[in-house]
Amino acid sequence: MPAPKLCVDNVSMTFKTGPTSDNPAGIFHALAPVTVAIPQGRFVSLIGPSGCGKSTIFNIIAGLQEPTGGKVIIDDVDATGTIGRVGYMLQKDLLLPWRTVLDNVILGMEIQGVPLAEARARALPLLQRYGLAGFEYLYPSALSGGMRQRAALLRTLLFDTDVILLDEPFGALDAQTKLQMQEWLLQLWSDFSKTVLFVTHDVEEAIYLSDEVHVMATRPGRIIETIPVPLPRPRQRTSALTPDFLAIKERCLTLLNVNGAAVRPIDEAA
Amino acid sequence: MSVQDTAAPLASTPTVRTETSGRAARPLRKLPVQRDWPTWALVITQVGILVGAIAFWEIGARAGWIDAFFWSQPSAIFNTLIIFFTAGDAWTDIGFTFRSTILGFLIGTTAGSLLGLSFWWSRNYAAIVQPYIICFESIPKLALAPLIVLVFGIGLPSKVAIACALTIVVSTLTTYAGVKALDPDGEKLFYSLGATRMQVFRKLVVPACLPWIISVLRVNIGLALTGAIVGEFIASQHGLGRAILYAGQTYDIALVWVAVLVLSTLAVAMYAAVSWLESVLRKGVRQ
Repeated sequence: MPAPKLCVDNVSMTFKTGPTSDNPAGIFHALAPVTVAIPQGRFVSLIGPSGCGKSTIFNIIAGLQEPTGGKVIIDDVDATGTIGRVGYMLQKDLLLPWRTVLDNVILGMEIQGVPLAEARARALPLLQRYGLAGFEYLYPSALSGGMRQRAALLRTLLFDTDVILLDEPFGALDAQTKLQMQEWLLQLWSDFSKTVLFVTHDVEEAIYLSDEVHVMATRPGRIIETIPVPLPRPRQRTSALTPDFLAIKERCLTLLNVNGAAVRPIDEAA
Repeated sequence: MSVQDTAAPLASTPTVRTETSGRAARPLRKLPVQRDWPTWALVITQVGILVGAIAFWEIGARAGWIDAFFWSQPSAIFNTLIIFFTAGDAWTDIGFTFRSTILGFLIGTTAGSLLGLSFWWSRNYAAIVQPYIICFESIPKLALAPLIVLVFGIGLPSKVAIACALTIVVSTLTTYAGVKALDPDGEKLFYSLGATRMQVFRKLVVPACLPWIISVLRVNIGLALTGAIVGEFIASQHGLGRAILYAGQTYDIALVWVAVLVLSTLAVAMYAAVSWLESVLRKGVRQ
């Protein structure tokens, strides 16, 4: 196995909350030590209940939050607490309403000091190739939800980092648009050969898109199981009906405690 | 469904019938409808009211049941208006009031907006300074006017200073409200792209706060005019405010009306200009 592109090494996050009766130490573990290693070009998903620390992991990888323990290693270099190393797409599209779609998409390049004309010239063919032709000079308010997510994702890609973090990018879309966007994302992923870390609530989405699914649990936030998805690519929609797929889905749902059984939080079990 | 449920037993059971007869006793009302007059009818009515009021005033003054000494009369006001513009200081006064208003408006709004934006840079600084701003807001600034006139003299600067004092706080607080309303995720996005604080400020904070800054322009132009006039009331050699005060003190009631009329026209003109500016800027910032 080659050296991982991105390595989250024993990263943990604790907060002092002050001692209470059920927590005499007064320390809240938002994230128990979490370790994830992702090789170059892989598509990896995190799934888990709300509050399991998925967004915290993302913030730590993007350098927006200092972990209380552990390191983030990108390309064998300690990148803990440094910003601008990975592309990060937040849940909201966060398109700036006073900029055209084109000027929104080049934001990352602009911040990195690429001259405006050059940045626009680089972005235009991509907008046209990836479904935003005719929207280049419109303002975001004129775009549908799916189109806005496309623009936000292209902005993340054009920032030109090897690793991109996608935090529930399709969470707010309707089912139909979501399916289209998943195909579109896979297209982009294979065209750009990025390393993707993807957060979602949607088990089927996670399995369909990923090479590997990390299932998380809450209190403290931690990875309870890593499930490889050995389905061949390119995948068909119908592959969601194959026994392999369903077996993985069943395992995920069991781990996520959807039917109120099995995995209890550590602190309650203890 | 419910109609059928109640309708079915209606014929058979008398208890239901009494209930429905109680219901039938409710008065039948139609949705009230307002008929809109055509525009020309509205305009004619508006003009009619104005002409009627002026005519009533003139006739009343001539007939003696309105005291023309205290209230003057339209014909005298019209004559004074002509004299004010041909032989009097009309243009000097208008120019003086206009200049102090515009200067006070520009300086106060700009300084206030910058001050409000500056709070983005440091939460500590904002926390320390904010109580002072709120204190200053709650002071009736016009009460400070005599002091300002003493410090800045009876010329233009004191008028500008009062107009500034009135406008700066409104701009500061509104702009700061804009800063506080910023979506923290926006900053997160910028920092994840490796932005410097200056880049976040220039490319995110300023454009996002522009609509807030613009929204106070119309309020501020009115406040600036008020400030300028009060400054002229206290001590001045020029200006429409001084003209009003002087005319009142010399019982030249017609001149009071003329100056008020000219002042109102100036106010409306400036308000219209700022509204226009606002719409232009709004298109520019696209929100």
